[in-house]
Amino acid sequence: MKNIAGVILAIVGAIALTVIALHRHEPVNALWIVTAAVCVYLLGYRFYAAWIAARVLSVDPSRATPAERHDNGRDFVPTHRWIVFGHHFAAIAGPGPLVGPTLAAQFGYLPGTLWIIAGAVLGGCVQDMTILLLSTRRDGRSLGQMARDELGPVGGFAALIGTLLIMIILIAVLGLVVVYAMKHSPWATSTVFATIPIAILIGFYLRRWRPGRVLEASVLGVALVLFAVISGGWIDNNPTLKAAFDFPAVPLAGFVIVYGWLAAILPVWLLLAPRDYLSTFLKLGTVAALAVAILLMHPQIRMPALTQFVDGTGPLFGGKVFPFVFITIACGAVSGFHALVSSGTTPKILANEGDVRLVGYGSMALESLVAIMAIIAATLLDPGVYFAINTGAGIVGAAPDAAVHTITGWGFPVTVEQMQHLASQMGESSLFARTGGAPSLAVGMASIFGSTFGRGLLSLWYHFAIMFEAVFILTTLDAGTRVGRFMLQDLLGHIWKPMGRTSWYPSVLFASALVVAGWGYFLYIGVIDPNGGVNILWPLFGIANQMLAAIALCVATGIIIKSGKARYAFVTLVPLAWLALITSTAAWQKLTSADPRLGFFAAANDLAAKLSSGVLPPDKAAVAPQLIFNQRLDAWLTMFFLTVVWFVILDMARVSIRYLRGLPVSGSSEAPYQVSRLTT
Amino acid sequence: MIKPRNIWSWLRTATGDDAYERYVEHRSKKHPGEPLLTRAAFYEESQRRKWGGITRCC
Repeated sequence: MKNIAGVILAIVGAIALTVIALHRHEPVNALWIVTAAVCVYLLGYRFYAAWIAARVLSVDPSRATPAERHDNGRDFVPTHRWIVFGHHFAAIAGPGPLVGPTLAAQFGYLPGTLWIIAGAVLGGCVQDMTILLLSTRRDGRSLGQMARDELGPVGGFAALIGTLLIMIILIAVLGLVVVYAMKHSPWATSTVFATIPIAILIGFYLRRWRPGRVLEASVLGVALVLFAVISGGWIDNNPTLKAAFDFPAVPLAGFVIVYGWLAAILPVWLLLAPRDYLSTFLKLGTVAALAVAILLMHPQIRMPALTQFVDGTGPLFGGKVFPFVFITIACGAVSGFHALVSSGTTPKILANEGDVRLVGYGSMALESLVAIMAIIAATLLDPGVYFAINTGAGIVGAAPDAAVHTITGWGFPVTVEQMQHLASQMGESSLFARTGGAPSLAVGMASIFGSTFGRGLLSLWYHFAIMFEAVFILTTLDAGTRVGRFMLQDLLGHIWKPMGRTSWYPSVLFASALVVAGWGYFLYIGVIDPNGGVNILWPLFGIANQMLAAIALCVATGIIIKSGKARYAFVTLVPLAWLALITSTAAWQKLTSADPRLGFFAAANDLAAKLSSGVLPPDKAAVAPQLIFNQRLDAWLTMFFLTVVWFVILDMARVSIRYLRGLPVSGSSEAPYQVSRLTT
Repeated sequence: MIKPRNIWSWLRTATGDDAYERYVEHRSKKHPGEPLLTRAAFYEESQRRKWGGITRCC
């Protein structure tokens, strides 16, 4: 019976993929993309994941999990698999799969879509499930600990440093996305500001007035946030208030930096925890609503399958479709960061080993579907509009006339009137050069929601979408800064003991300030960059994130080989080889390309030459020295990432070859078998 | 093991709304007579623990 369902899925999926492939020169309906994706996920789940679980990982439902063995009613709690699934999905679903596909749409809808589907089924889902099982078998050890135990100190140290640096780059680029979403938009700014007192109010509610009543507090908080979106419209209609919330990018970046520092040092119950409840509810609700709306609206995709920008001349960021579509999509297909979530909290609540397929593989497949929805939202826009919103003023010029002329010249017709009409529909003064991905995603989401649930409310839908993105970007920013602080305190503790005490206030203030200064620097440079900064930071983040995935896959491959299953090691070895290839190629091009839009050193030298010959206008000349320094710093950082990841790969190869030749290797840190007494 | 009985209990368990009740139940079953945290103290401690590691992603 199950095989019949599988055959039907395979046929439907094949038809959908054929339709997508054959509609290369006419608009394709988004429903075909959704159908193809869902069929491939289900097939992957039903056959590939089941095979990996049974053969490669030897998942054993009779074996007691850490949740059962250490059950303490607090963090170790055996939990129903659908609830674990919900928790795990809420933990891994962040803003990455929304931003990445939006940017990757500059290549056309096809490359991004294919990689989101294939990368998830063969790479990301496999990584998440494998790491989840390996950590479950090791009492919920973290990726860094597993790397240290199973490979050696080099692997462990690389995982720790890699995580810390990715966190810094990630927070900077997300901060940049929020800043660009709020820049000169009083409605968006006032709404995002309002979420802070609302979160604090909910914090007091949950801590003092009605302790732990999460549901009622969340319902109250979500209602208040929705009211803030509506009242943002009133502020936008009042000239005095409108002026009070109208900020350029630099002060907004300053605000985000101070906010991030406060969020990291204040008690979690006051700001971080309540904000997270709000963002989780909004996230799950909006994703579900978006899925329903896409099914009801079934929009046509207007972006071509491939654009001319596959040759590397793209206006959003430089670089050819190989390897940069893989780097840009990042979290929607494979995310190294998930390996950190899969090896920590989730293994402590897993009731049965058999649940790793649903929780690990299934959650990532759903996350990949979110990325598919993001690419649909970006590509249903008129391509001309998409490029007008997402291209920085440094590329097409600050004047609307010049911008539409250039973009129309690329073969994507757009007019100033069209953009003005759209901006006034969305309740914004202008939508030109609103880089970062958030505004264009919000326009896409607003058109989906608007055509499904009422067109008169476009401006409300737009600002709802902006608020939704901002709220959970700020949650990631808070949580990331805090985790970065703990890691840094741990590192500093090796140098001077008291710094390692996570609750010692001088250490808390100092380590938090250091982490915030780290991402604050990249955020500030991104904001003063006339090309928008995202074009530099997002590829850097993508490279770092994919390299972290490579480290996770190294740990997994090493453990699989050491468990005597070298013949099955291809399940992690193939994605690892692919990630090593794309990250190394991308890093190499970022280092050596002579094109200033691609190579870091080329860009630094190009700018330095222009500065010394005096051709730069005064405002650009003023920031040029900082931009030159930053390009060189990015290059060194890329080189460092590349070195770290190859160290780990070689270390894994060393351990594996020693094992295969029968030489002694470090033992397995797997906890001994204990029979499960839980009845399911 | 935590198993939801119906949609309402699923929602409460999934959001952590009933975490304190589950904690009290666990303590009274496994460690009867030992002191219990208050509701507010339990909430604060669980939040501190939750946010001490990597629980949110990109």
